[in-house]
Amino acid sequence: MTAQKGTWTVKKGLAEMLKGGVIMDVTTPEQARIAEEAGACAVMALERVPADIRAAGGVARMADPAIIQRIMAAVTIPVMAKARIGHFVEAQVLEVLGVDYVDESEVLTPADELYHINKHVFKVPFVCGARNLGEALRRIGEGAAMIRTKGEPGTGNVVEAVRHARQVLGEIRRLKVMPAAELMTWAKENGAPYDLVCEVAQLGRLPVVNFAAGGIATPADAALMMQLGMDGVFVGSGIFKSGDPAHRAKAIVAATTHYNDPQIIAEVSKDLGEPMVGIEIPLIPVEQRMQERGW
Amino acid sequence: MSYTIGVLALQGAFVEHEHHLQSLGCRPVQVRTPAQLAGLDGLIIPGGESLTIGKLLADFDLAGPIKAHAQAGLPVWGTCAGMILLAREIAGSDQFRLGLMDMTVVRNAFGRQVDSFEVRLPITVLGQEPFRAVFIRAPYVSAVAPNVGILAVYEDKKVFVRQGYFLATAFHPELTGDLRVHRYFLEMVREAKE
Repeated sequence: MTAQKGTWTVKKGLAEMLKGGVIMDVTTPEQARIAEEAGACAVMALERVPADIRAAGGVARMADPAIIQRIMAAVTIPVMAKARIGHFVEAQVLEVLGVDYVDESEVLTPADELYHINKHVFKVPFVCGARNLGEALRRIGEGAAMIRTKGEPGTGNVVEAVRHARQVLGEIRRLKVMPAAELMTWAKENGAPYDLVCEVAQLGRLPVVNFAAGGIATPADAALMMQLGMDGVFVGSGIFKSGDPAHRAKAIVAATTHYNDPQIIAEVSKDLGEPMVGIEIPLIPVEQRMQERGW
Repeated sequence: MSYTIGVLALQGAFVEHEHHLQSLGCRPVQVRTPAQLAGLDGLIIPGGESLTIGKLLADFDLAGPIKAHAQAGLPVWGTCAGMILLAREIAGSDQFRLGLMDMTVVRNAFGRQVDSFEVRLPITVLGQEPFRAVFIRAPYVSAVAPNVGILAVYEDKKVFVRQGYFLATAFHPELTGDLRVHRYFLEMVREAKE
């Protein structure tokens, strides 16, 4: 009886357990406890939420390990943390710290403009962002065990997350009915690994869990992403940049579970206080859009 | 075995249980409200985050009705988070639970995600062939009352237990293609109906 750690089933499996849940960005142990108390299924440990990273400018890096460890000690739910795109040493550090998932994230400044991390060589599982199915399958090909939409982080504007969700889910629907003879051309044109294209065509879904992220700020936003067909949601700045984080966090959790029940969504959306201030996407210069990072 | 089996669908890996139930000829029903508990032959509490599922059980008034059905004889099976929610005692935690089984569980008892593992586990009640058991930030059962039967042990830790028509696994049979634990539960459902 030999136990095997870090297998594909085990890496993918944790993401399966997060489905139907809300993963919340937190920067302090107090925020982590508020998130856990509100019903978050996991937290993302950060030094700054995306809205503050956007405002501060400069190079955004992996959080201080001491901050991550304090957050890990504060809660019993899974803790994720972000590494820069291509920065495999930040990922190694996060793995030895014992975080439960590494987000190779466009929210941080990329460390490599050509290559993402080879995620197969890690025992810790990875989640990566994607704007379309080709990008999602490239990340899965590199070993990502979970995918999320990129959206446009730190904006409180759900439009990009919706665009990316519809793009990925729409392409999956097209592959499902595509004649087998056309799959290789699709793979070539979209820069996607052929075997994964075939797998998606056969399964009718991604081979890993697929969350929404990047701009979700209200219970209705979360339910919208779920009704579109996503498996769960990340909320970054939307909670702790709002007027009443504990209340809003709990409402978003309830709306994610009862996403098909507008009565409940209406009920939990009452008196939540000020949402985070939103940004219109056309007002963000293209070179400052986080979704453009990575390929 | 054409039973109607509820799968608690508040959060977690409920869809995988539904697929397994379908391949065994059952009709799975997602349970998010008390009304959806009517007419079930059995109930599965899936893996997920036990704190999250517990809070939602309490907030949406599902715990009372589930306990009432269970105490009236509805077979219930909990996997991982479901096992935690079925336990009367949770070591070092006052989190919400259904508390239907006379046992103590330890959460995240094998460590964090980097220590999650799979192993071919001998389980006598399932036959000769070992079962590929997937443990993800899994709990185990540290103590049981005499009325709780132990069906599998890994490294001296109890990971599969049964008390009457309540069943609990620390691992995730819904994540592999092996349907034997699901069959075992449906056999329990059949016994309960007789």
